[in-house]
Amino acid sequence: MSSSTLETPTLDVSGTPGIPMSRLVRVEMRKLVDTRASRWLLIAIVAITVLIVGIFFLNADRSERTFGNFMGTTATPQGFLLPVLGILLVTSEWGQRTALVTFTLMPVRGRVLAAKVVAALLAGVAAIVLAMAIAALGALVGGADRPWAHIGLDDIGKFGLLQVSGVLQGLAFGLLFLSSAAAIVTYFVLPTAFTIVANLWNALHDAAPWVDLGTAQQPLFGGTHMSGDQWLHLASATAIWVLLPFVVGLVRVLRAEVK
Amino acid sequence: MITVDGVTKTYGGFLAVDDVSFTCRPGQVTGFLGPNGAGKSTTMRIMVGLTPATSGRVTIGGHRYADLPNPGRHVGVLLDASAQHAGRTGREVLTIGARTMGLPQGRVDEMLELVSLSRSESKRRVKNYSLGMRQRLGIAHALLGDPGILVLDEPANGLDPAGIHWMRGLLRQYAARGGTVLLSSHLLHEVERIADELILIGRGRIVAQGTKDELLASSGAYVKAVEAEALRDALARGGVQVTPSGDGFRSDAETVDIGRIAAEHRITLVELRPADGSGLEELFLQLTADTQRDTEPAPSGTRATEGAPA
Repeated sequence: MSSSTLETPTLDVSGTPGIPMSRLVRVEMRKLVDTRASRWLLIAIVAITVLIVGIFFLNADRSERTFGNFMGTTATPQGFLLPVLGILLVTSEWGQRTALVTFTLMPVRGRVLAAKVVAALLAGVAAIVLAMAIAALGALVGGADRPWAHIGLDDIGKFGLLQVSGVLQGLAFGLLFLSSAAAIVTYFVLPTAFTIVANLWNALHDAAPWVDLGTAQQPLFGGTHMSGDQWLHLASATAIWVLLPFVVGLVRVLRAEVK
Repeated sequence: MITVDGVTKTYGGFLAVDDVSFTCRPGQVTGFLGPNGAGKSTTMRIMVGLTPATSGRVTIGGHRYADLPNPGRHVGVLLDASAQHAGRTGREVLTIGARTMGLPQGRVDEMLELVSLSRSESKRRVKNYSLGMRQRLGIAHALLGDPGILVLDEPANGLDPAGIHWMRGLLRQYAARGGTVLLSSHLLHEVERIADELILIGRGRIVAQGTKDELLASSGAYVKAVEAEALRDALARGGVQVTPSGDGFRSDAETVDIGRIAAEHRITLVELRPADGSGLEELFLQLTADTQRDTEPAPSGTRATEGAPA
C-alpha cells in the first residue's frame, strides 16, 4: 500500500480538539432526564424519599424523630431505585440501539462508560444529599430532645458507601446483561436468592459474610463501629457482586459488536 | 477519502465480508450496491469501528476512525435511522449529538430546517415518526458536525419519491463542494442516478467496481422480433448466443451482426438496440436472485424503469 499511501490525501485533524470528559459526563447526565421513563424514575426517587420520611414522621414518637432515623428510612427505597437508574443508563443504549450513535460519536467506548459511571454517581450523590436535607428538615421540626444524636460523619459515609455501591452494582449488571429486563430482574432476584440459600445451607452459612453482599452490608446499617473483619467481609462481597460483574460487563461492551 | 483495504469479517464459519477493498474519493458519490445481506452494513460498521474486522483495515483520510478526535466533526454517519431512542424528541436526538460534538444549539435548528422537519415535528417523540422522518432526522444528525465525509447506509429507505429527489440533490451538492459520500442501497436505480462510482457487492465479495460510466457502458444488444422462435434458431445457427429478456432477447453480439442474420432470414424485428445498463443490471439481478429466498422472477416492469435509455 506504500505507493497508494502517497496519493492518499491525509485528513488534517490537528485543528480538531478531542471530546473532553466533562462534556461526555454532561451529555450522560442529560440522558438521565431527557425521556419520560428516565424523568419519572428521578421523580419517583424524590417523591418516595419525601413520602417515606413523611410517613415515618407522622407515625413515630416525638423522641424517635431523629436525623439518624429519618436517614435510615430513606435507605431502603433509594437502595431499590438508584441501582435501576444505573441499569437503565447502560441498557437503554442497547435496547433502543442508541449505542450505535453514541459509540460512533465517541469510538473510545471506555470513555463513554466512564462518563456513565460519573453521571450515575453524581445522581446517586444528589439523591443522598436530598435524603439528608429532608431528614434534617424532619429532625428540625420533629421536636425530639436530641435530634442529632447517634449520628456522625462516619455514619453518613457508610450510608453513602451503601448507595454508591448500589449504583455501581446497577451499572455492572446493566453492562453484564445489556438488557433492562434481564438486568433488573437479576439484580433484584439473584442476591436475595443467594442470601436465602446462604442462610439455609450450612456449608455456605459460615462463608456468608464473605460472599453474600446482603450479610456483609448489614453492619453498615448498624450505627455501630465496624471491625476490621467486617470491612474485609464487605470488601470481599463487594468484589464478588459489584467489581466482578462490572469488569466482565466492561470487557463485554468494549469488545462487543454494536449493531 | 475512505480507504478500505482487504477487509474480511467472519462469524464462526460464515464469511460475511470477504477481502473487500475500495476507496471513496472527495468530490464523488460512491454507491455501495448489493442485495440485502451482501455485507454492506457490516462493511460500514467496520469503517466506524462498531464491528471489529477479522482482518484488513479501514482508514479515513489516513487515520483509523477510532483515532479521529471528535469523529463527528469529520465523518457523518447514518447506519440505521431506527436506532434512536423512541422516547426522545427529534430535537433532543440532535441536541445530544450537538452537545457531544461541542456544537452550538443553533446548529440543531439549522439542520432541522435543512431536512425540512418543522418546529412541531421536531418536538414529537421519535416513536411517532414515520420511517421517512427518521431518515431525515438521521441525515440531519449525520450532517450536524459539518463533516467532510458522509457514510450513509440505505438513506433512501422509507423516503417518498420527493424525499429521494431531495436527498439526491443534497448529496450531489455536498460532493460538488468537495465532500466524500459513501451511500449504500439494495436498489440499482436508486444509486445509479446519484453515484459517480459504483461498487457492487454480493455474498461479501466485490463483484464489480468502477465509474458509473464504465459500468453502465453499453455492450451487447437487445433484440425483439415478431417471430421470436425463428430469430433464436437463426441466431443460434449463426453462432450468436442469446438469453431471453422480457419479450425479446439479450446477446453479447453486436447489433449489426444480429440485424444481418435477421435480414437473411426475413425476420421482422420490432426492436434492435444496444443493451441498456450493459451487464451491470444483469449482474445485479443475478446477485439478487442468488441471495433471494423466493425464486420468483423479478417483474419486467421494474426492469424497464431501471434501465438507462440506450
